[in-house]
Amino acid sequence: MTTETASSYRIQGATGEWEVVIGLEVHAQITSNAKLFSGASTAFGAEPNTQVSLVDAAMPGMLPVLNKECIRQAVRTGLALGAEINRVSRFDRKNYFYADLPQGYQISQLYHPLVGEGSIPIEPDAKDGPGEAKLVGVERIHVEQDAGKLMHDQHPTRSYVDLNRSGVALMEIVSRPDMRSPAEAGAYLRKLRSILRYVGSCDGNMEQGSMRADVNVSVRRPGEPFGTRTETKNVNSVRFVMAAIEQEANRQVDVLEAGGRVVQETRLYDPDRGEGRSMRSKEDAHDYRYFPDPDLLPLELSEAFIAECEASLPELPDDKRARYEGPLGLPAYNAAVITADVETARWFEALLDATGKPETMAKAASNWLISDLFGALNRLGKGIGESPVSPAQGAELLNLVADGTLSGTLAKQVFEIMLETGDDPSKIVEERGLKQTSDTGAIEAIIAQVMEANADKVAEYRGGKDKLFGFFVGQTMKAMGGKANPAVVNELLKKALG
Amino acid sequence: MSVDAATVRKIANLARIAVSDAEADALVPELNTILGFVEQLGEVDTSGVAPLSAVIPNHLRMREDVVTDGGIRDAVLANAPQAEHGFFAVPKVIE
Amino acid sequence: MTNLTDLGVAALRDGFRKGDFSAREVADAFNAAVASAKALNAFIVDTPDHAIAAAEAADRARASGEFAALSGVPLGIKDLFCTAGVQTTAASHILEGFTPTYESTVTAKLFAAGAGMLGKLNMDQFAMGSSNETSAFGNVVSPWRRSDGGNAPLAPGGSSGGSSAAVAARIAPGATGTDTGGSIRQPAAFTGISGIKPTYGRCSRWGIVAFASSLDQAGPMARDVRDCAILLEAMSGFDPKDSTSLDVSVPRWEAGLSGDLTGKRIGIPKEYRVEGMPSEIEALWDKGIAFMRDAGAEIVEVSLPHTRYALPAYYIIAPAEASSNLARYDGVRYGLRDLPDGGNLADMYSATRADGFGKEVRRRILIGTYVLSAGYYDAYYTKAQQVRTLIARDFEQAWQSCDLLLTPTAPSAAFALGEKTADPLAMYLNDVFTVPASLAGLPAMSVPAGLDGQGLPLGLQLIGRPLDEQGVLNAGLAIEERAGFSARPGQWW
Repeated sequence: MTTETASSYRIQGATGEWEVVIGLEVHAQITSNAKLFSGASTAFGAEPNTQVSLVDAAMPGMLPVLNKECIRQAVRTGLALGAEINRVSRFDRKNYFYADLPQGYQISQLYHPLVGEGSIPIEPDAKDGPGEAKLVGVERIHVEQDAGKLMHDQHPTRSYVDLNRSGVALMEIVSRPDMRSPAEAGAYLRKLRSILRYVGSCDGNMEQGSMRADVNVSVRRPGEPFGTRTETKNVNSVRFVMAAIEQEANRQVDVLEAGGRVVQETRLYDPDRGEGRSMRSKEDAHDYRYFPDPDLLPLELSEAFIAECEASLPELPDDKRARYEGPLGLPAYNAAVITADVETARWFEALLDATGKPETMAKAASNWLISDLFGALNRLGKGIGESPVSPAQGAELLNLVADGTLSGTLAKQVFEIMLETGDDPSKIVEERGLKQTSDTGAIEAIIAQVMEANADKVAEYRGGKDKLFGFFVGQTMKAMGGKANPAVVNELLKKALG
Repeated sequence: MSVDAATVRKIANLARIAVSDAEADALVPELNTILGFVEQLGEVDTSGVAPLSAVIPNHLRMREDVVTDGGIRDAVLANAPQAEHGFFAVPKVIE
Repeated sequence: MTNLTDLGVAALRDGFRKGDFSAREVADAFNAAVASAKALNAFIVDTPDHAIAAAEAADRARASGEFAALSGVPLGIKDLFCTAGVQTTAASHILEGFTPTYESTVTAKLFAAGAGMLGKLNMDQFAMGSSNETSAFGNVVSPWRRSDGGNAPLAPGGSSGGSSAAVAARIAPGATGTDTGGSIRQPAAFTGISGIKPTYGRCSRWGIVAFASSLDQAGPMARDVRDCAILLEAMSGFDPKDSTSLDVSVPRWEAGLSGDLTGKRIGIPKEYRVEGMPSEIEALWDKGIAFMRDAGAEIVEVSLPHTRYALPAYYIIAPAEASSNLARYDGVRYGLRDLPDGGNLADMYSATRADGFGKEVRRRILIGTYVLSAGYYDAYYTKAQQVRTLIARDFEQAWQSCDLLLTPTAPSAAFALGEKTADPLAMYLNDVFTVPASLAGLPAMSVPAGLDGQGLPLGLQLIGRPLDEQGVLNAGLAIEERAGFSARPGQWW
C-alpha cells in the first residue's frame, strides 16, 4: 500500500497518492521530588494512595500551591527548544468528570501557556522508512497536572482508584503538524526525548509512563489543504506511535476512497492487535469549560529566574555532536551514536577525562565505546548506567593500548576479564601476566626457534612465496602466548627472513 | 441568549446532575430569568478592558520542591463511601 | 453575678483575665444557651465538649499566669469551615457525615488563640443564599420578630444566617462567617450585629469549603466593632497554603480603634441611591452621614458608575467558579454516594449530585456550567470579568477623592422566611449593595445603625481601600458610638 520514494512517504490508494500530516502532543512527566501543586512525593511504584495529600484527593477547602522546580524545568525545556518564554502565564481549569480526576477539573494552561513557539531539528532514521531531515515546529509547552489511575482488573464489578499520580507535574509539548511520515514522527519523539533527558526535565521513561504521545493524523492529496484529523491518545512507545500513524493514515485513506468522511474523534491504539478504535463514548462530554483557576494568580517570571534557567542548561545534543565531529574529530557516525543519549555522552566524557588525553584519545575511545562496550552491554542486557566497567577502568584499558602495554587482542581479553571480575585492567595485566612484550631480544630468540623449526618454509619464502610472512607472524605470536607487540614482531621477522 | 429544555438537559449532563424532563422544563424559565438579568452586561462598553485577573495586587508564590506531604492514606480514605485494599472503589468503568 | 451570655468577646476576655469568672463557667453558660435555643436552628452540630476542653485549658493556663488572645471565649463556627473530627457539611446533604481529618487555617488560628467551639453553625447550602433557606438542615429562624405582634418567622439573612442568629440571640458571643457577595454583612444587618469582610487575601481560605474562590473571604460576626476587631486579628494572617493569601502583617486593629474621623473623607456613592429604595433605608443612610460629620469626617459625593452591573457580573462569576469548585462532590472520596441499581459511574455522579445538592445549588451549578460552556465563555464569563475590572477601577477612582465609602448594607430589613423563595432574582437583589466590594476584594463592614418601623434592625456598610480594615473599623465605631444601638430581640425561643 505504501510507496516509498527516497524522501517522501505516500500512501498509494486506489484513486491515487495520499500524503500524511502528523502532529504530536507529548505529555512528559517533569522530574521533581514533589507534585505540581502539593507536597506529596512523585516517586514511582509506591503502595496505592500513599503518595497523596489532601490537596491531591481534592478534599473540601484544599488549595493548590505551585512547585517552583516544575516551572523551572519547563522553562529550561522551552529554552532548550529555542522557544519563547512567556513572562506572564496562567493556569486554567479543564473541567470534566472522571473517577481518576478528584477535583472534577485538571489544572492546565490553555489561554496563556508558559512556553511559546520553538522548534526541534530532526533526522529520520532510514530504517524507519522515508522521511526528511527538517525543523519541526513546537507550538507551545504548557504545564498541567496528571490524573490518578483506575484499576479495572482487581474486582469483578468495581474499579479501584489510586491517586498516587494525581497531581504529578506534566509538560505538554505540542508540535506543529509538520511531520509527513512515521519515520519523521519517530525521529521527532526520539529527539525530543533526547533533549528532555539532556536538560534533565523528564527521564523520558516511556515504559513507566513518563512520556506519552497523543498522535494527530490526517491525510490529504499532496499539495491540498489539511484534511480532518483524528487524535489517538496515550501512545506509549516510539514504535507504537509509528505503527499507529501508519494504521490510522491507511484507515483514513480507505474511508475517503470509499466515499466516506473522516470524523474528528478521539481514538485509542491497541498495539497488541495493531488496531485503532474510536472512543466515541467520551466525545459528548468534551466541553471542558476552561477558565482561569481562581485559586491561583497569574504566574509572572522574573528575568533573573529565566537567566538562571538559561545558565543552568547543559550542552545540548546537537551542539555536542557538532563539537565531537569538529574539534574532537570523531567520525560522524560515532558522534551521532554517542550524543543521542545523555547518559552515553556523559559516560563517554567521563571516559575521555579519565584518559588524561582527551584530544588524542577521542577517536579510539569512541570506537571502543561503540564496539566493545556496547557489544558487551548488549550481550549482558544492561544499559550504560549499569555497566560493570567504570569510565575510569575503560580509560585505563585504553591507555594500556595506547602506550603499547596491550595489543588489541590482549585488550579484548583483558576487557572480558574486567567484565567478569570488575577488576582494574592494570591489576589483571599484572596478575595474569598479559602484558605485551616489545623486548626485541626475547622476540628474536623466538623467531630464531620458529625459523629453525620451519626451515622448509623459510626456504620457500626466500624463494619468493611472500604470502608465508603471515605464517611466521602467527607462529611467533603463538609461541609468545599472544603477548608480543605485533609491530615489533613484524619488524624483526622482516629483518630475520631477509 | 436563552436556554430551552434540550439545552438544560445538555448542561445538566455536563454538570453531572440528573434532571427529569419535568425538572428540565421547570428550569427553563428559572434559568432564563437569570440569564436575562445578567444580559444587561451587554450595555457596558468593555472594548480594550482586560478581564480582572487578581482582585488585590498580588503575585503567585512558588514553593520549594520538597516532599512535605503524603503517607496519610488513612486520612485520605477516612471518609470514602467505599474503600478497599487501600483504593477508592467505584462502579466498574469500561473504557 | 452577671449573666455571662450577656457579655461579648472583649468583656469575656477581660473578665476572664481579671478573674471575674472562669472560662469553664463561660463555656457552660453558652453551651446551655445553645442547648436551649433549638427553635432557632442556628447550629447543625453542637460541640459542647470542644468548648469545655478549650475552657479548661484556658483555666489551667490562667493558673500559671498565661493568657492567649481569646482565652475564655467560646465561638460559633460556620459549617463552611472544616473542623478536625467534627462533621462539616456546608449545610449540604452531599457532605452529610463528612468528618474532616484537618482543621481550617482560620479555625486553627482561633483555637490556637484559646477560643473554644460551641458548634457548627447552620448556613445557606454552600453559602448560596441570602436568607438561610437553602440549608439541607432546615431554615435558621431569626431571633428578631416584627413589632406588629405577628409571629412571622423572619430570615436571619444569609449565607451566614446561623452565625448572625446565634450572635444576635446571645447564644454565642461571636462567630465566624464567610462572605462571597455579602454573606457576612447582610445577615449582620438583618440581625442587628456587626460583621466585617476583610480585604480578599487577609484570611486564609485553606480548609474553608469553596463557593467562589475569587470572592470568598472569612470574617468575624460579633456584637460590636471592638469584638470584630479582636476576632479579625486572630483570624487573619499570611498562609503559605493559600496562593491568594496576602503576605502582609496583621495590624493591631483593636489597639488602633478610634471613633474620631477628623481628617477622613467619607464618600457617598450616588449610584447606591437606587430606584425604589425604601425611605427608611434612605433616612438611615442620611443619619449615618450625619454621624460621620459629627465624628469629624468630611462628606464627599462620589460616583461608582458601574455599580448597577455588579450584581449581574457577580451572578456570572460566582456560579461559574462554583460549578467548577463543586465538581469534587462526586460520591467517590467522601460524602454522599447514590448509586442506582445497576448504574455505572456516570449514573452514580448524576444521582449523587442530583440528590446531594439542594435546588439553589443545582440552579447555580447549571448557570455556571452554561456560562462557561463552549461558545458562551466570552459572552458571559470574559465579559463579566471585564466589567469586574471596571468596577474595581470605579473604586480606585473614588479613592482619589475619599478614604471610605458609606452605604446601606441591604435594601431592606429582614424579610419573612418564604417571602422571596419563589423568586431567585428578588433574593439575589438583596446583595445589591454588598456585591461591588466583594468583586473588588475590598474590606467592608456592616454595623447596626437603627431600627425600621417594625422594630427590625438596619445596618450601614463601610467600604475601605485594600488593607484599610482599620479605617473601616474606626468608621464603624464612629457609627456605633453615635447610633446607640441597644435593641435586642426578646427571648421567645
